[in-house]
Amino acid sequence: MTLNMFVQHFINALGLGSLYGLIAVGYTMVYGILRLINFAHGDIFMLGAYFVYFTTVVFKLPWLLGVGISIIGVTVCGLLVDRIAYRPLRNAPRISALISAIGVSFFIENLAIVVFSGIPRPVVQPPLLMKPIVVGQVRLIPLGLMVPVISFFLVGVLLWMVYKTKPGLAMRSISFDIETTRLMGVSVDRIIALTFALGSALAAVAGILWALRYPRVEPFMGIFPGFKAFIAAVFGGIGSIPGAMVGGIILGFVEIMSIAFFPHLSGYKDAFAFVLLIFILLIKPTGLMGEKLEDKI
Amino acid sequence: MSRKIRNGTLTLLALALFACFLNWAPSNLNGYVLRILNLIAINAILGLSLNLIYGMTGMFSLGHAGFMAIGAYVSALLILSPAQKEAMWILEPIAPWLLNLQTPFLVSLILAGLVAALFGWLIALPILKLGGDYLGIATLGFSEIIRILITNLTPLTNGSLGLKGIPAHTTLWMSYGCLGIFLVCMVSMMNSNFGNVLKAVRDDETAARTMGVNTFRIRVLAFTLGCFGGGLGGALMGNLITTIDPRMFMITQTYNLLMIVVVGGLGSITGSVIGAVLVTTMLEWLRFVENPIQLGSLSIPGIPGMRMVLFSVLLIAVIIFRREGIMGMREFTWDWFFPSRKKLEKNSERGGEGL
Amino acid sequence: MSRILELKDIVLRFGGLTAVDHLSFSIDKGQIIGLIGPNGAGKTSAFNVISGFYRPTEGHVEFEGANLTGLPPHEVCKAGISRTFQNIRLFQNETVLQNVMVGSWVRQKSRWWMSLMPPLFPSFMREERAIRARSLELLARLELDEHADDLASSLPYGAQRRLEIARALATEPRFLLLDEPAAGMNPNESKELMLFIRRLRDEFDLTILLIEHDMKVVMNVCEYIHVLDHGVLIASGTPDEIRNNPSVIEAYLGKAAGKGADHA
Repeated sequence: MTLNMFVQHFINALGLGSLYGLIAVGYTMVYGILRLINFAHGDIFMLGAYFVYFTTVVFKLPWLLGVGISIIGVTVCGLLVDRIAYRPLRNAPRISALISAIGVSFFIENLAIVVFSGIPRPVVQPPLLMKPIVVGQVRLIPLGLMVPVISFFLVGVLLWMVYKTKPGLAMRSISFDIETTRLMGVSVDRIIALTFALGSALAAVAGILWALRYPRVEPFMGIFPGFKAFIAAVFGGIGSIPGAMVGGIILGFVEIMSIAFFPHLSGYKDAFAFVLLIFILLIKPTGLMGEKLEDKI
Repeated sequence: MSRKIRNGTLTLLALALFACFLNWAPSNLNGYVLRILNLIAINAILGLSLNLIYGMTGMFSLGHAGFMAIGAYVSALLILSPAQKEAMWILEPIAPWLLNLQTPFLVSLILAGLVAALFGWLIALPILKLGGDYLGIATLGFSEIIRILITNLTPLTNGSLGLKGIPAHTTLWMSYGCLGIFLVCMVSMMNSNFGNVLKAVRDDETAARTMGVNTFRIRVLAFTLGCFGGGLGGALMGNLITTIDPRMFMITQTYNLLMIVVVGGLGSITGSVIGAVLVTTMLEWLRFVENPIQLGSLSIPGIPGMRMVLFSVLLIAVIIFRREGIMGMREFTWDWFFPSRKKLEKNSERGGEGL
Repeated sequence: MSRILELKDIVLRFGGLTAVDHLSFSIDKGQIIGLIGPNGAGKTSAFNVISGFYRPTEGHVEFEGANLTGLPPHEVCKAGISRTFQNIRLFQNETVLQNVMVGSWVRQKSRWWMSLMPPLFPSFMREERAIRARSLELLARLELDEHADDLASSLPYGAQRRLEIARALATEPRFLLLDEPAAGMNPNESKELMLFIRRLRDEFDLTILLIEHDMKVVMNVCEYIHVLDHGVLIASGTPDEIRNNPSVIEAYLGKAAGKGADHA
């Protein structure tokens, strides 16, 4: 393997991994607070990709404006999902919310088929981001570098919010004990909504970057990245934001590198993540950076 | 005792009536209706087996599509003739040991269930140590792995081309016969103390362990039994549709079963049967929204995908507004149609007090 | 009297926290023993060690001469130890009768697969009938028979406590652990409970270890009492000895009170 190829694979893995991480952060935050696997999160990510496709490719809005509209639109969708499908079930058994989440995921996917049709559509990549930079024998595409940089920056901002601001404190407090937090006068529903909003906004960014990086959109594009990001969140330790990012990066590297070194395994690419999941659950069910959640006897 | 005799007689009568119907239907109903009737029975088997895992024992499994796939492939591979197989594998040659392997339909059906159960058992050992939500995602993952394996193991499965020309062995008698046996076994099981233990594991695992129940073993057992049902249902499905390929066994398939179980009522055998009838017919009926509709001179074009949109809205609505489904955890008994003696006594007591 | 249960130098640590610290005591057959101490003293942790939910960091549990240390809860139950929980844990969606029948499972000899086709296995049907009859009889003895077909969750509080005990008895234990049986009861109910516990011991030939905060119950029903504080056994003795033990008073009421008692 030449240096050039290795660097390409490395950048690809870092990019894919940080996108997984960006989606995983949304899973991990919602799970940390509500103990709910938000199955619809992958579809929220898909909506991000579609929004940017429509604003920039179909309506030909300037890129930044299109991206802005997409993020806001997707965030609103995320809030609606919480309001309509999850909030009525806050006091129900957790499994009910889980089924509702599956229903929502199914709903968004099929609505996307109805509205956008099932045909994959190509996304036009901005030429500015595709002009290669040559360093020695290594050719780098700016977009490839941009993806991890933006992802890490956003997760950094999120960490700052969660650990240094008041709403962040409320979030951490809810994930620790929702009832006590409510008694302390925190508007729990509003903080949960904020969590969904942040998670959805990050998923929207991931969707936009994904659409640019692998330039096409289709209604089912969120399913596999969604599952894999959830697995990344479990791998990193569910509830932990840095863990989600680390899990995402590791998963990205496992996928890209195993195919780089063993090309004949490419048919099994989508299975790696699930094998990894079962493996980590056997070795260390709490994930790399997670804490133990135990039932009180 | 008289109550027992009465209920037994009624059951026999109902069965006889149903047998007459099964005899009458094939020559008097069109193929489309027959196919839906068969699908109802198959979906009932699948729904019951998922309910055993999920509603009775409390394990949230999303892997049923994978076990159906195993069942469908095992059965199809066992009943296709060597000539058919030779003609079908065009990308890569078929594995030689598989080429001449052929069994009668019923044997293939049982083996389909057993192989699915074997896979279920193997996967249960590691992942049932986990609780709750992770189980859902792990079984979902397993189901996807199965699908990816089927797509890629071309010498065994003919890859993404799938299998065609499977003999249509699934007749009404076959599918309802299987459902009948499955129902009898499941009802006797749930009425026995073993059934009580399954439900105990669901209700409170800690307390069940204290009561001397090896909860891990019980969960593995229930999961394996459920997988047997999944494999059986998948095999019947393959022999009904006569063509199978990996795309048939996507997660959507599991969602449909989940809908059956949730609508019917988690933990209710009656509920799963009712759910199978409702969901299967509704899925067919909803096709109308995807077909163009002619209203006088006005023609409304069909909207592809709309069926599943309505379907998912319904799933969400059921879980928000009627979480326990149609039956809750109750079961059908003939006593519904007769005022119970206890109630009568209570009423007369009350009347007596009034005087 | 022969020895039935023995704790030998039990230590239980969670990370840096020591929940139980070198706890040793033994219990003779047929006794009713109290385990008391302030909140967080490690009483329930000790129960969880005996019933197999926690594996002690050090030490052994011996029951009827056999080593129980590290056995999972269902094996401990099989060995003859049963328990109830501080916060009642019934099988909420099963009937009262079904709850008790689950307790018989551990002694059931038929195999599970016989339940698929009962008519083929007469021995299985006989055993099922016997279990049902025995469970109904047990319910009758605990005055729960009129509720047999009601859902467990529909029972009034006191009856739920009794059902939990009935279910524990169905496992045919020789040793019973009761975790705060009087919690949430009014004085009248706890008075009845005292009689009930004695009756249990006599009728079912049991040895009983109970955790209880209601001192009236403990002092009246227990023949011998162990006191835990911060995981350490600080006193053992008859109710009268415990009542007048200064270190017990100190543990419950703080240092000053302990000194006061000394002076008095």
